[in-house]
Amino acid sequence: MSKSSGSIIEIQGLRKVFRVGKVDVEALRGIDLDVEPGEFLAIVGPSGSGKSTLFHIIGGLTPPTAGAVRVANQDLTALGDAGRTRLRKTTVGFVFQKFNLLPILTAGDNIALARHIGGNRDGESDRFREVLELLGISERLKHKPSELSGGEQQRVAIARGIVNHPAILLADEPTGNLDSQNSQTVLALLRDLNERMGQTILMITHNPEAAAYAHRIVNMRDGRIVS
Amino acid sequence: MILKLVFENLKHRPLRTGLSVFLIGIPVTLMLTLVGLSQGMLADSARRARGVGADIAVRPPGTSLISLSTAPMSQKLLDKLRAEPHVTLATGTMVHPVAAVTMVTGVDLDEFNKMSGGFKFIGGGPFQGPEDVILDEFYARQRGVKAGGTIEMLNRKWRVCGVAEPGKLARIVLPLATLQDLTGNSGKLSQIFLKVDSPANVETVIASLRAQLEGYPIYSMEEFTSLISVNNLPELRTFIQVMTVVSVIIGFAVVFLSMYTAVLQRTREIGILKSLGASQSYVLLIILIEALLLSLAGSFAGIGLSYGSRWLMMKLIPASLTQAIVPEWWPIAGFIAMTGAVLGALYPAFSAARQDPIEALAYE
Repeated sequence: MSKSSGSIIEIQGLRKVFRVGKVDVEALRGIDLDVEPGEFLAIVGPSGSGKSTLFHIIGGLTPPTAGAVRVANQDLTALGDAGRTRLRKTTVGFVFQKFNLLPILTAGDNIALARHIGGNRDGESDRFREVLELLGISERLKHKPSELSGGEQQRVAIARGIVNHPAILLADEPTGNLDSQNSQTVLALLRDLNERMGQTILMITHNPEAAAYAHRIVNMRDGRIVS
Repeated sequence: MILKLVFENLKHRPLRTGLSVFLIGIPVTLMLTLVGLSQGMLADSARRARGVGADIAVRPPGTSLISLSTAPMSQKLLDKLRAEPHVTLATGTMVHPVAAVTMVTGVDLDEFNKMSGGFKFIGGGPFQGPEDVILDEFYARQRGVKAGGTIEMLNRKWRVCGVAEPGKLARIVLPLATLQDLTGNSGKLSQIFLKVDSPANVETVIASLRAQLEGYPIYSMEEFTSLISVNNLPELRTFIQVMTVVSVIIGFAVVFLSMYTAVLQRTREIGILKSLGASQSYVLLIILIEALLLSLAGSFAGIGLSYGSRWLMMKLIPASLTQAIVPEWWPIAGFIAMTGAVLGALYPAFSAARQDPIEALAYE
């Protein structure tokens, strides 16, 4: 694969080995993957397939053991802890299954905190206000997470994930803690963000219905991409 | 935004915050109370010494500024000193301890009145007999006794002939001869006070006395009262230094435990911050600012509590312990508390900053 292909994620021969006690556990066994800018990709696989490990490596939460990984033209194999922190701050945004909002802050402050960490000291842009309208949480920003429904919390988490205009939004089982109605709302919103704003999204899920919202589905099993 | 996050964290766990502030406040109070007691009691001693109205104090050889537990000077020295040029009045006193920090003073009331202008009585009056005692207002209140009542002291009962305003020499005053007889010090004195004809002659008289009485500490009252300070009492200074170290250790331990627990409780939140791209220094800053705010609040609490300890002493033991409020020590005590707090927060802060984001996010 050429480095000048224009892909936003380029992965070749990625391996990840964890040391558990005295045993080496190979979580990823040679992954090759390209993701184009503006693509909505779903990675599907059972527990232990390595999809979360792949998610963590692309998100700069853990380093790869071997192989080549480039995210938005940054070589992740060459990044240290500080470099991966910078990647999380500027290049990727996360949406988690358990929402992971800070319970002590209001929804608005959770989003403002992400903007502060991202070094964005300006006020909200018109584009972001449009996103808040799209997500339907403009009226809920003064509430704390405990006062919001699961669907509302996940929509706040999506807003937080894209507030710094990341190149890639990484969503880890974003509907895993939601009922079917809220799941459909959140998935539709992710697709809207992708289609209207051109946001690249990489979503991990074990739910085929959720994966169907994506442009492309990648299946993983035993640390490899199988289709 | 960091401040907001820190404030919200503190508000979110009010019991932990309140307890930490209170516990940090304790060593601050200890320091301020100790320093206040030192300064208050020394200032009170100086004020009472000035109340004698003397110009010169002659003390026995080998005595320190504040200790006078024996009566080694001969009373005959008084006549010699009275005969000195420019000396117009001379009176001797004897001091004897009755409790840990409580002393009784024997005086020749006529001589003492001439020098000091006399006690200002709130109730009762001067000695009527050899077993009479004059108390100052604070000591009378502490013992719950009024003029005409009796108190037990030195293994006998004394009639309280008068209660006087404080600020003159001593809190408990007995006839000199009675105290000398009672303690087996007949004809002996602890201290001699002199009055001279003009302030201009004080130094002349002191120079003359020093030449004649080798080894006797002889001070002008101005010099004597100015020397009664913490800086001239090395034992007290050392004690304050020890208490300062103890305060730092307590502050360190309280904040260490508090922040260590807080970091454990917030493992997941720290993981969230790191997933958002918070750097190690960002996380470190949050923890350190929180520790600083806790110690700042603890310092204010400690200052408030030092007013409480002063009020308590004034209410319960006004004659035994006099605590001053020493505002110039507020920033010092605050700085010491903050030093302990920052030291205590360092390890939890570093361990929070170094947390693995994946493990932290998985923390339940």
